[in-house]
Amino acid sequence: MGMTMTQKILAAHAGLDSVTAGQLIECSLDVVMANDITGPMALPIFRQMADKVFDKDKVVLVPDHFTPNKDIKSAQNARDIQDFSREQGLTNHMVQGKCGVEHAILPERGIVTAGQAIIGADSHTCSYGALGAFGTGVGTTDIAAGMATGQAWFKVPSAIKFVLTGKPTKYVSGKDIILHIIGKIGVDGALYKSMEFVGDGIQHLTMDDRFTICNMAIEAGAKNGIFPVDEQTLAYIKEHSTKEYHVYEADADAEYEETIEIDLSQVRPTVAFPHLPGNAHTIDEIEADEKIYIDQVVIGSCTNGRISDMRKAAAILKGRTVHPEVRVMVIPATQKIFLQCMEEGLAQIFVEAGCAFNTPSCGACMGGHMGVMCKGEKCVSTSNRNFVGRMGDVDSLIYLASPEVAAASAVMGYIANPEKMGGE
Amino acid sequence: MKAQGKILKYGDNVDTDVIIPARYLNSFDAKELASHAMVDIDPTFVDRLEPGDIMVAGSNFGCGSSREHAPLALKTAGVSCVIAGFPILECPEAADAIEEGDQVEVDFDAGIIRDLTKNTEFKAQPFPEFLQKMIEANGLVNYVNAK
Repeated sequence: MGMTMTQKILAAHAGLDSVTAGQLIECSLDVVMANDITGPMALPIFRQMADKVFDKDKVVLVPDHFTPNKDIKSAQNARDIQDFSREQGLTNHMVQGKCGVEHAILPERGIVTAGQAIIGADSHTCSYGALGAFGTGVGTTDIAAGMATGQAWFKVPSAIKFVLTGKPTKYVSGKDIILHIIGKIGVDGALYKSMEFVGDGIQHLTMDDRFTICNMAIEAGAKNGIFPVDEQTLAYIKEHSTKEYHVYEADADAEYEETIEIDLSQVRPTVAFPHLPGNAHTIDEIEADEKIYIDQVVIGSCTNGRISDMRKAAAILKGRTVHPEVRVMVIPATQKIFLQCMEEGLAQIFVEAGCAFNTPSCGACMGGHMGVMCKGEKCVSTSNRNFVGRMGDVDSLIYLASPEVAAASAVMGYIANPEKMGGE
Repeated sequence: MKAQGKILKYGDNVDTDVIIPARYLNSFDAKELASHAMVDIDPTFVDRLEPGDIMVAGSNFGCGSSREHAPLALKTAGVSCVIAGFPILECPEAADAIEEGDQVEVDFDAGIIRDLTKNTEFKAQPFPEFLQKMIEANGLVNYVNAK
């Protein structure tokens, strides 16, 4: 029996010729990552097992969730991982102001690349599947053990194959595609399975689209999401990374639990309503119903805080102003993207339109700080979760959308169709 | 290892943001986290919970973040076991049949869940030897150190 792309990566990292779904294996790891929430908690556990990390090139601690430090406890947490990172001599020493949101900074710095096995103490570690790598989120104790031993154990996942065909229309991007897919299969539709994306349609998806799609694989319950390595992937890797990489391909006779075809040309701008990422509605359905007035818009996060997201939002906001009753936060995901926004004039467009243009942080997405909502408020967010209380009060509402829909909604004051904004 | 206690029952898709909201994650102090467990969907949880009580939930329990703060909060609050459509014990039949308030006993080695109130029994998938060793060692840390 053949193996899926994910199973091939896992087999190679377990030192096995082949693995099958359900098998329990121990794998060597290429990158072990934690942040300022999960990292500090891992340190005392790590110290019970080791004095030194297994490989200073392969362990990364990113201060991004409560940074800029929101309070004294958060400051202590960021301090703890910064001190640890320096004491251990970690090659990739991350300090706020010189890094960014973990799942944007690791690919940008070339720390993650094709063929790797990566664990992160953060569920959106599945983002790295865009590069043709196996990335998955784990708990703090598993991260501590990974930092100490360079190993983790997994139950080998089965897989669903998503055959993407056709070309998406102008205002449809990675976010709409993944919200459409989760709407179709449900928030547990891929529980503990790999989501393997293949097909002619992927040539029309940029690397940023692929990061967005893989980022939200976890919102369908998936173990990981993964794209094959193509010319675009190789070009991205060449630009960002000097690390050795490996290209894995699924076997022709690989076993998939299900094959789902998605015609990208038919995907509409899509919004996930509260309180589940699978609660998908097309923009046409939304327009046919009563307007949904909003109080806040967040454009950023590990899902949609990359430069193409910034460009798409700016194209709609250029020469326009944000609705008088709406507050907008634009949050580039890394310092490099922040600088690109300045160099390309995007920062000026955002500020002139009436947006707050913020430093990289996960704060708004998880209701941590810098964008928390009170009772009764509604937000269109380009982030990945719209759970109860995710961005603040339990009676606030989150609508997940693309940067295009978010920017159009910011201008109109209600959830709006970017196709009707007259282009850039 | 066995667990016995009163049932607290919830629905599908109990996510980590409701088990322990992110606004409390500036601390990883187990007792502090436990004091906020489940607050966003059940503000009475912490007051009603007695040590040893068992949570029953529907499918996709624990979806969302890879935050170990969530299981730590439940464990420290006194939850002895979670029965749901997805780990810790995988037994959707039991998650359907068992009701709030029932007295339930769980035999982890055999993978058997007994509803003492209704006098019914359910068979969950038992843990493989690999994981039983990890549980017997009282966790991954001791397991790594023993290897």
